[in-house]
Amino acid sequence: MYSSEFRPGQDLRPGKLDWVTVLLYAACVAAGWVNIYAAVYDPEAHPSMLDLTINSGKQLVWIGSALVLITLIMVVDFKFFEAFAYIFYVIILVALVGVMFLARDVNGAKAWFEIGGARIQPSEFAKFITALTLAKYLSDTTVRFDELRTQLICAAIIAVPALIILKQNDTGSAMVFGAFILVLYREGLTPWVLILGVSAAIILVLALVVTPLYLYIAIAVIALLAFLQLRRKTLRNILWVVGLAALVAIMVYGVGFFMNNVLQAHQRNRILVLVDPTIDQKQVGYQVLQSKIAIGSGGFWGKGFLSGTQTRFDFVPEQETDFIFCTIGEEHGWMGGLVVIGLLVGLLCRIVYLAERQRDRFSRVYGYSVACILFVHFAINIGMTIGLVPVIGIPLPFFSYGGSSLWSFTILLWVFLKLDSHRVEVLSRV
Amino acid sequence: MNNGRKYVIQGVFIVIGIVYLVRLFYLQVVADNYKAQADDNAIRRVIVYPHRGQILDRNGKLMVINESVYDISVIPKKVQIKDTLDFCRVMGVDKPYFDSVMTVAKTYSKLKPSTFLRQLSVEEFARIQDRLIDFPGFFYTARTVRKYPHKTLANALGYIAEISPAKLKDQNYYRQGDYVGINGLEAFYEEQLRGQRGVRYVMVNKNGVEKGPFKGGAFDTAAVAGENLVSTIDIDLQQYADSLMNNKIGSVVALEPSTGEILTMVSAPSYDPNVLVGRLFAKNYTELQRSKYLPMYNRPVQAVYRPGSIFKLVQSLVALQEGVITPESQFGCVPYPMKCHSHPRGHNDLHNAVQWSCNPYFYNVYRRIIYARSTGNNWRDSPKGLMAWNKHVKSFGFGTRLDVDLPSVKRGFIPDTAIYNRSYGRLRWQFSNFYSVSIGEGELNVVPIQMANLAAIMANRGHYYTPHLVKAVGKSGKPLPQYLERHQTSVDTSYFRYVVDGMESAVAHGTVWGRARIPDIVMCGKTGTSQNRKGEKDHSVFICFAPKDNPKIALAVYVENAGFGGLAAAPIASLLAEKYLKKTITDKRRLLLEKDFKLRDYMPKPKVDTAKKEPRPVLARLVVPPAKSRLLSPDTAKPTARVTGY
Ligand SMILES: [Zn+2]
Repeated sequence: MYSSEFRPGQDLRPGKLDWVTVLLYAACVAAGWVNIYAAVYDPEAHPSMLDLTINSGKQLVWIGSALVLITLIMVVDFKFFEAFAYIFYVIILVALVGVMFLARDVNGAKAWFEIGGARIQPSEFAKFITALTLAKYLSDTTVRFDELRTQLICAAIIAVPALIILKQNDTGSAMVFGAFILVLYREGLTPWVLILGVSAAIILVLALVVTPLYLYIAIAVIALLAFLQLRRKTLRNILWVVGLAALVAIMVYGVGFFMNNVLQAHQRNRILVLVDPTIDQKQVGYQVLQSKIAIGSGGFWGKGFLSGTQTRFDFVPEQETDFIFCTIGEEHGWMGGLVVIGLLVGLLCRIVYLAERQRDRFSRVYGYSVACILFVHFAINIGMTIGLVPVIGIPLPFFSYGGSSLWSFTILLWVFLKLDSHRVEVLSRV
Repeated sequence: MNNGRKYVIQGVFIVIGIVYLVRLFYLQVVADNYKAQADDNAIRRVIVYPHRGQILDRNGKLMVINESVYDISVIPKKVQIKDTLDFCRVMGVDKPYFDSVMTVAKTYSKLKPSTFLRQLSVEEFARIQDRLIDFPGFFYTARTVRKYPHKTLANALGYIAEISPAKLKDQNYYRQGDYVGINGLEAFYEEQLRGQRGVRYVMVNKNGVEKGPFKGGAFDTAAVAGENLVSTIDIDLQQYADSLMNNKIGSVVALEPSTGEILTMVSAPSYDPNVLVGRLFAKNYTELQRSKYLPMYNRPVQAVYRPGSIFKLVQSLVALQEGVITPESQFGCVPYPMKCHSHPRGHNDLHNAVQWSCNPYFYNVYRRIIYARSTGNNWRDSPKGLMAWNKHVKSFGFGTRLDVDLPSVKRGFIPDTAIYNRSYGRLRWQFSNFYSVSIGEGELNVVPIQMANLAAIMANRGHYYTPHLVKAVGKSGKPLPQYLERHQTSVDTSYFRYVVDGMESAVAHGTVWGRARIPDIVMCGKTGTSQNRKGEKDHSVFICFAPKDNPKIALAVYVENAGFGGLAAAPIASLLAEKYLKKTITDKRRLLLEKDFKLRDYMPKPKVDTAKKEPRPVLARLVVPPAKSRLLSPDTAKPTARVTGY
């Protein structure tokens, strides 16, 4: 069953973990733990780092249980995940629907099962299972990605759990499913989807920042210039210019309509504070401003471990979970940010590198999914702490406090490491 | 076809990473307004001290109240003082004080606040308040201190003071600088009185100027006021008792027999509790501690004495219960081995013996108790008899720590086999070695509150409720549960009447001085004269209750060095009983008696030259000349050969 094909530079020893990834993972988790301690540290109580009554002690328990999960992943057969992907998918859909009926309302989001004292959040595991399912579907040799049918099925696999999660009011987790667009791009999706998406985002931001009237004038001017620049003023070309201008104008109008009529007040504020952090001082605006102050006051070298004044007094809400980067930024400065961003970007690139060396499409698609899911978390989380992205409550992978997120990221990554370690045992189907 | 796309994707990752790092560089290194904002963004945790619960007397009069004061604190790192002398002038301190406090504060912590000036009164603070803003690093906290409007009951009320470093360890609630109850009710009911501390977070800029509540006060917790205590004390009676104990050393304890509520508790000499409040605390405390007058010694629960003849009541009851005598049993008043004093000797039964406090009678009674189960071998019978007797006596609350709601209550001592085995060796002692116990002398040790409790037991004819000072804790309106528990003595109720009748006669026509009788109230009492070292006057003891039927008050009065019980302690007790039962004393002769006892001086006269050297403290009216340090350990006073009792 072993492939006789040999590509230079490939490590063909079976069952070998990629230690670079393992070390990057360990570094992230350890750095996260130290910063959680800094975030919850109370100088008047000066508890031990291991004190189980504070979150750093609890995180150590989560880390320990994550090690158990890793062991489990290592001992099961590597084909298990592919074989059971569809069954998992059905189960998670049932769980996602079920949680809406059974769960208690926590912070406006119905997202948790409470079993004993533990909270199980199905949406955390939905990302992992959707990745498995998508990979399994695309690994079918009869599936051709350039067919519309294939693309629609892929879209459905991604959209169904995402929409259920959106319905649960967990906007952050639902947005993470956007990561799969990048995966599909790698598998052959037209780049126009990405280009259009990015353009739309730029127009959206512009529509928020600039008064609509000026935008309309600008659109008209650009359209006029484009018209004058047209070499052949055929009707077809003229229609293109007018049509595009009209489309952009409608988008600008749409943004305004969307902001004022569709979004709820708290959602609108999250976007508006990006433009003007001084509004909404009590809630989101406060949080973003305090986050920027905390990070900004860190300077190049930071204030030192346990010396962050902003961290100390909990100026930034949710500092050990979603806003853990504030603690890093304040206490370890730009250098700390460099190390964390370096670690995460290094990890992402390493996963892409590993995904590319897979010999079957299943592992590759799954690997890309892992990289892209982690990337979206990373980009949104750090982006919101430095005021570049709206405040969307999703954790920073491996750093943020919390058992559910640490477990789900650990499973996500380690299943891929498991698959990678067995890559020579599968026949190339690409 | 898609091979190039991996670079696009990795490129996106790297570009976002770089964009973020550039943004971070801008935030952290280029833009400097965030550092300034962070400096402006200090929040200060302001402790909101709850109102400590107040203490009322049984009629709703305030005995312990709160008064506002202000502390000035300093955070050394933030201090910027241009003109130290000006600062000192504003604060009303001198340069050495400033230097020493600042040194201590810096040693403690440069970032955490230390107290700079304590307990400024409202007027003192008003002068400083306006200038405070000119001195970064200094700020104030308001709190309250205790006031004791009636200037009495110092030892029972206790006081509050800054928590000691030793207590600060091993607990989570208190912080440095917190005030806790140190003694008395303040200590015993600390948890109920203290309430729940609140916290206010305020944003302040780097000059310490408040910029409003942090996050709109979302993290603030309100202080919860402590619970009030309703005391069992009748403050009018208490102050009356104080006046009668003027120039005397000793204790007065008055109880309501039906509940065990302490109506009055005097420890003389004492001090004005207000001297342990405010900035003079340390100075006054040291002075009180050093004083030979032992003003901080709470005699009613801490002084141990020999009870003297009042103990004959217990002996009578135990003997009746054990069946070794009947009320009709007669013993001749033979002056051997104990002397007696002149009294009618014709029909010397139990009634007569109690009425006249006949020593030989109780010698015989006690002998019968000890040899109740005689086998003919005194060496073997004595330990058995002693232990049976000991058990009965303990059921009266003697020799055990009465669970009074005060700290450090003494237990006293009732002789047992262990003490005599130690002194004489096992089976080498018998009744003749300890017969002086029969009249309340010897190795017996009791605390004044136990004597008052005995009076209550006599009033109740056989049971008692543990004496206590608080009848209602907070909104519960109830005392602590242990004070609702009825304790039965091991002597049957039916035996009490014979002894109580004897007590009635003792007052009406017996050992009690005639002037100590209350017109138209039947009081039952028993005198005692507790022996003292040779050359010093005996202690005067009297316990009583009144009226005879349905008693309302039970009393124990103990006056050191005042001699015969019927002459000194009994009149004081009778005046208190009358005052309590009738509210006023109108009888002319009684008013004369009152005046007489307010002035009587039973202080032991010290050697002339030492008396002049000892500075009379001006702390309080109630502080009077020295009590001997032996009070702390009266058992050092060995029984003398002169065994008499009244
Ligand atoms: Zn006699």
